[in-house]
Amino acid sequence: MKRKNTFLIFMVGLVYFFIFAPLVLIALTSFTTESYIAFPPVGFTLDWYSKVFANKTFISSFKLSFTISLAATSIALLVGVPGAYALSRNSFRGKKFIKDLFFSPNLVPQVVLGFALFTFIIVRLRLNVQAALLLGLAISVVTYAFRIVGASIESLDYAIEEAAMSLGANRLTVFFRIVLPNISSGIVSAFLLAFINAFNNVPLTIFLSGPGVVTLPVAMMSYIEYNYDPTVSALSVLLMLMSLAIMLVSEKLVKSGR
Amino acid sequence: MSYLELKNIDVAYDGRHKVLDNLQLNIEEGQLVSLLGPSGCGKTTTLRVVGGLLEANAGQILLGGKDYTNIPIHKRNFGIVFQSYALFPHMTVEDNVAFGLKMRGDKKAEIGRKVAEILATVDLTDLGKRYPKELSGGQRQRVALARALVVRPKLLLLDEPLSNLDAKLRLKMRVEIREIQQKLGITTIFVTHDQEECFSISDRVAVMNGGIIEQYDSPENIYSYPATEFVARFVGYENFLPLERTARGLASGGSIDFKIDGSRLIPEREGLKGTIRPEDMVILTPDSPIDHNIIEGQVEVRTYLGKSYQYKVSTAFGDLVANGSSQRLYAAGEKIRLHLPENRLIVV
Ligand SMILES: Nc1ncnc2c1ncn2[C@@H]1O[C@H](COP(=O)(O)OP(=O)(O)O)[C@@H](O)[C@H]1O
Ligand SMILES: [Mg+2]
Repeated sequence: MKRKNTFLIFMVGLVYFFIFAPLVLIALTSFTTESYIAFPPVGFTLDWYSKVFANKTFISSFKLSFTISLAATSIALLVGVPGAYALSRNSFRGKKFIKDLFFSPNLVPQVVLGFALFTFIIVRLRLNVQAALLLGLAISVVTYAFRIVGASIESLDYAIEEAAMSLGANRLTVFFRIVLPNISSGIVSAFLLAFINAFNNVPLTIFLSGPGVVTLPVAMMSYIEYNYDPTVSALSVLLMLMSLAIMLVSEKLVKSGR
Repeated sequence: MSYLELKNIDVAYDGRHKVLDNLQLNIEEGQLVSLLGPSGCGKTTTLRVVGGLLEANAGQILLGGKDYTNIPIHKRNFGIVFQSYALFPHMTVEDNVAFGLKMRGDKKAEIGRKVAEILATVDLTDLGKRYPKELSGGQRQRVALARALVVRPKLLLLDEPLSNLDAKLRLKMRVEIREIQQKLGITTIFVTHDQEECFSISDRVAVMNGGIIEQYDSPENIYSYPATEFVARFVGYENFLPLERTARGLASGGSIDFKIDGSRLIPEREGLKGTIRPEDMVILTPDSPIDHNIIEGQVEVRTYLGKSYQYKVSTAFGDLVANGSSQRLYAAGEKIRLHLPENRLIVV
């Protein structure tokens, strides 16, 4: 028992090491005074951070990524939450097929999805790049809404909905007053995962970027191609802090919602 | 016309195998009727059909003469207590209980008064601000009961409401349920697989088996005069003797003529059986003057029951089970004579 515990702690430690070591390295390199990414870092400066904020491409692509990801995640939840509810509470022909379709994250490679959206939405329908981005990201993250919210709904005792109905609540009231409050933590988790995934998406957004419309990860990639300076490290640190902040806030939300 | 009438109810979940088969049941106003039967016999299904949680494939439900078959659940105003209690986890006890009143659109002051009143009835006045997860099993069960009762339902449906409680609490709660049911005069259907529980609180009992009702009667009659072999076995009859009709009455194995209480009709069909409870069998002493309904046998094994001893006796009619007092003990291998009193021997 004792030995097993030590082994477990060792393995968990290893996992954490591999996850966090690169993050720590990047964080350290963002403070270097050298003009290239190097380890160990030399000196200490916050110059690279001010460079991030001075970079117009970064700022505009951050704004784009943030708003588009937020909108795409909202669409995914608006479709996914009622959809997952309807799927779990009804039985009909073809249910399994629909379930598999929405629940499998990478049935269609994102690059293929990106290409398809590009040819249809942008070339055929002549819609703008933002619309294509929004739709593409919503499609690629809707699976999180389905899977995570779906799991929350499945673990909810159906009898409480029946009890509410027997007390005079119709389907809609049951959904809003009984189901929704009990799956709020699932919804927040789904929102988090979906947002972070949408925000970090490269394979899809690289296809759907156009002149002046570039998402932040794509902007970072093209920046690295020509400049190998620690600005990107500083930006990475800022993004990590943002993810962390979102996570903390939503955890608070879930807790206070109980 | 009864208050609640179930007419020719059929349910087949898969469309082929009937789980309820042409089920009929009439319940009088203010009565507590139990559905009793082994697991899987269709008790919950029946309750769900009545409650509107499940649509029957065929049949009709009448309440007070009105057709309820197609009225959706949220418009029926029936109180349902689920086996899992199904309390709303995100609401306090008060909010749980108030939910039905809010749905009906009662005024706030009215709701407060009614909630306080029903919580007092179920003895939960001090726990109104707690959440379900902060309550014990017995308290949750009372919240569920209060939540169902506060709306003054036309019908109260209880699905094995006591099965998640420990034995002592079960005894207490069943008395409480009966008390509240009688005080409020609410017509109630109570589902259980526990014979004692059901007999103790019911006005009438419907014994179910394989989707049909085998017997619908008072608890006393079901206990003393089971109508079918299934009911007899379910309520504790253990000895079954094949009977034949003879010119003089009934005989078993062609040898013994049995006397049977003449006041009861003997069913007009083949394959009759005589049945008697182990505790109603009498082990005769050698000097007993009784000269009829006697079966001879040999003790196979004796077991101790606390109040009495039980003997497994091998006879010409197979193994029979009889209880005996501690005044005279019989050992394995001993020959004894068993008397089957005519008022205790039932024909099924
Ligand atoms: N949702 C369902 N789908 C299919 N079969 C079911 C369903 N619910 C119950 N059954 C079947 O119907 C029969 C009766 O079940 P039920 O009414 O729950 O019995 P009880 O409450 O008396 O234990 C059982 O054979 C059970 O397997
Ligand atoms: Mg059941």
